[in-house]
Amino acid sequence: MIKRSTYKSGYLPYLLILPQILVTLTFFYWPALQGLIQSFLLSDPFGQSSKFVGFYNYIELFQDPLYLKSILTTLTFSIAVASVSMALGLFIATMANRALRATALVRTLLIWPYAVAPAISGILWLFLLHPSYGIVALGINKWLGADWNPVLHGRDAMIMVTIASSWKQISYNFVFFMAGLQAIPKSLIEAAAIDGASPFKRFWAITFPLLTPTFFFLSVMNIIYSFFETFGVIHTVTQGGPGGSTNILVYKVYQDGFVGLNLGSSSAQSVVLMSLIILITVLQFRYVEKKVQYTG
Amino acid sequence: MKLSRLFVVFAVGICLALPAAVCAEPVTINWWHAMRSARGKVVDEMIKQFNQSQSEYVVVGTNKGNYDEVLNAGVAAFRAKKQPHILQVFEVGTQTMMMSGSIYPVHKLMAETGHKIDWSNYLQAVLSYYMDADGNLMSMPFNSSTPIMYYNVSMFEKAGIKPLSKTDPITWDELGEITKKLVDDGISPAGMVTAWQSWIQIENYSAIHNVPFASKANGYEGLDCELMINNPLVTSHIERLKTWAKDKRFMYGGQKYQGPKSEFIAQNAAVYMDSVSGIAKLKKANLEFKWDAAPLPVEASMKSPQNSIIGGASLWVLNGHSKKEYEGVAAFLSFLATNEMQSYWHKETGYFPITLNAYNDLKAKGYYKENPLQTVGIDQLNRAVPTKISRGLRLGYFVQIRNIINEELELVWNGKKSPKEALDNAVARSNIQLRTFEKTYKK
Repeated sequence: MIKRSTYKSGYLPYLLILPQILVTLTFFYWPALQGLIQSFLLSDPFGQSSKFVGFYNYIELFQDPLYLKSILTTLTFSIAVASVSMALGLFIATMANRALRATALVRTLLIWPYAVAPAISGILWLFLLHPSYGIVALGINKWLGADWNPVLHGRDAMIMVTIASSWKQISYNFVFFMAGLQAIPKSLIEAAAIDGASPFKRFWAITFPLLTPTFFFLSVMNIIYSFFETFGVIHTVTQGGPGGSTNILVYKVYQDGFVGLNLGSSSAQSVVLMSLIILITVLQFRYVEKKVQYTG
Repeated sequence: MKLSRLFVVFAVGICLALPAAVCAEPVTINWWHAMRSARGKVVDEMIKQFNQSQSEYVVVGTNKGNYDEVLNAGVAAFRAKKQPHILQVFEVGTQTMMMSGSIYPVHKLMAETGHKIDWSNYLQAVLSYYMDADGNLMSMPFNSSTPIMYYNVSMFEKAGIKPLSKTDPITWDELGEITKKLVDDGISPAGMVTAWQSWIQIENYSAIHNVPFASKANGYEGLDCELMINNPLVTSHIERLKTWAKDKRFMYGGQKYQGPKSEFIAQNAAVYMDSVSGIAKLKKANLEFKWDAAPLPVEASMKSPQNSIIGGASLWVLNGHSKKEYEGVAAFLSFLATNEMQSYWHKETGYFPITLNAYNDLKAKGYYKENPLQTVGIDQLNRAVPTKISRGLRLGYFVQIRNIINEELELVWNGKKSPKEALDNAVARSNIQLRTFEKTYKK
């Protein structure tokens, strides 16, 4: 039997959740509503005049081939960031979960990069990979004979921002995978080992299925991270270039709205972005969650 | 008791009898600007001197971040009815400010507060950027610069190329020969780099050759203007740069100035085009090679090149303040235009003095003899009377348009598009922006 506690007064629970509701309404729903309204308007930044234009902003947006390209860029980028950082996070967590001598120290060191802000992470990688002053870039061009130039080539720029964005997210994923791994009963793995299952088999048959809740949670978090928080990386490293090859949706919202002061288009883009992330999350819950095993 | 009441009556009496100024606090004038670090200190010093020079007004300068952030802060403050008196806005925001309906035009402010200003005494190429179609000044120019060409003298000497003139521009063909020699002889890995490609290679290139950047006199005469940068001259210029990129006479170093500058400093490129503000940056870098500056190259067909155009920012006076406060704003703006302030500003920051008086004063004092680099930009700016085409650009959503141009040019440099395709596309995409802007402001 699950123990349930109930409130005697009918008002008290509502009163207790009131602060959270107020915060959510003020800081989430109200701005979102404002954005939605603004997306149907054309208005000057100073708010002197604005007029209702229906779906004009949306139509303009979807007639722009570059906007559609930007959606594709965003999807490519976020899938790349999520898979790279989760794969490496899981790999490192599995390694660190073994009996090591300095476990605590190793784990702490591995968590560190998460404390680095995305913008800083971007700058760090820029210093390594910039074609004219990046030490790694000089090495690549000199010894590998490759023509590495993220200032000029879209593909190289994409690789650079993906590395910079994934790098700091690996730590985040590491923490959750680590916690997930530690929650797996040792007895299961030991029993499998006695039955002669190879380490690889043990991982796929036992560890991985039991990690699916973590995996699912992280996939949602990583997609959201790569959609929004990677702004700092893009802003410091490529500013969406070259030739718009790293212009992800959230950066375009910033450029059109904050820098370019086209509030209508920028709001329409925010609404599209919001819908896209809602859609992705719903899809994840509907199709991926079915495969998740919540209890061992 | 009686005595103190008498004293109060007496004090009130004095306050009523004398002009308000004696009892009242000085009037505060707020100025939001984007000047930080070294420039910020110069701005603070100018404000301090103004505040010490009189007691009626106190100017409070606040740095609100970079240009984008300052403009956004101004917009947000205006919507909350807490706007500053003076807002510094970058040149690409000029059209947005002019159309905003939230500004007090500077020519009107000066006339209505009784300041008689001889506008002909100002540098016309600077002033014209901020004028309306009828030649009225809308905002006060503050920090203005223009692009020039820096070159590595040591490399030139090695290749046996004579130093360039500081007043007479070389032709693009000559630059092609120079960079070819430098690259072919193995003296420099690449020929030229350019900062701010849209501003220097298209906007200034068009102005210097007197070809319109946009219709309707570059947008001065109507919101229904269209971009015209896919004309034969600009197209062939971009084609030339593309050809040069193939044999390393041109190298792409990024949209802003940091990348190109580091290529020049690392001696990966012998020629570097950037704003005059580069003078201070290169001096600070303590380069191990000799360098100098020259005007931007022109086409051989252009016998008398036009003035280049400016970049930078100007000071906008915002609506919604009292007459008394506007008198203070006008006093402060005229104070900034004095010779002392202008020469101080010019010497410390490298931005141009905005009046001819200040320029001549500095010249008479021998400043330009000691600092010949500073004349390159000014001479290039003043070498001709600005035409309707070379006076500046007045485009809505100019920030987005520059982004579009940057994007399309990058697609030329990395080989995804031909120059013609890219420029056609840039025009088409920019025109959509211009139409949206027009639609927003059309009554």
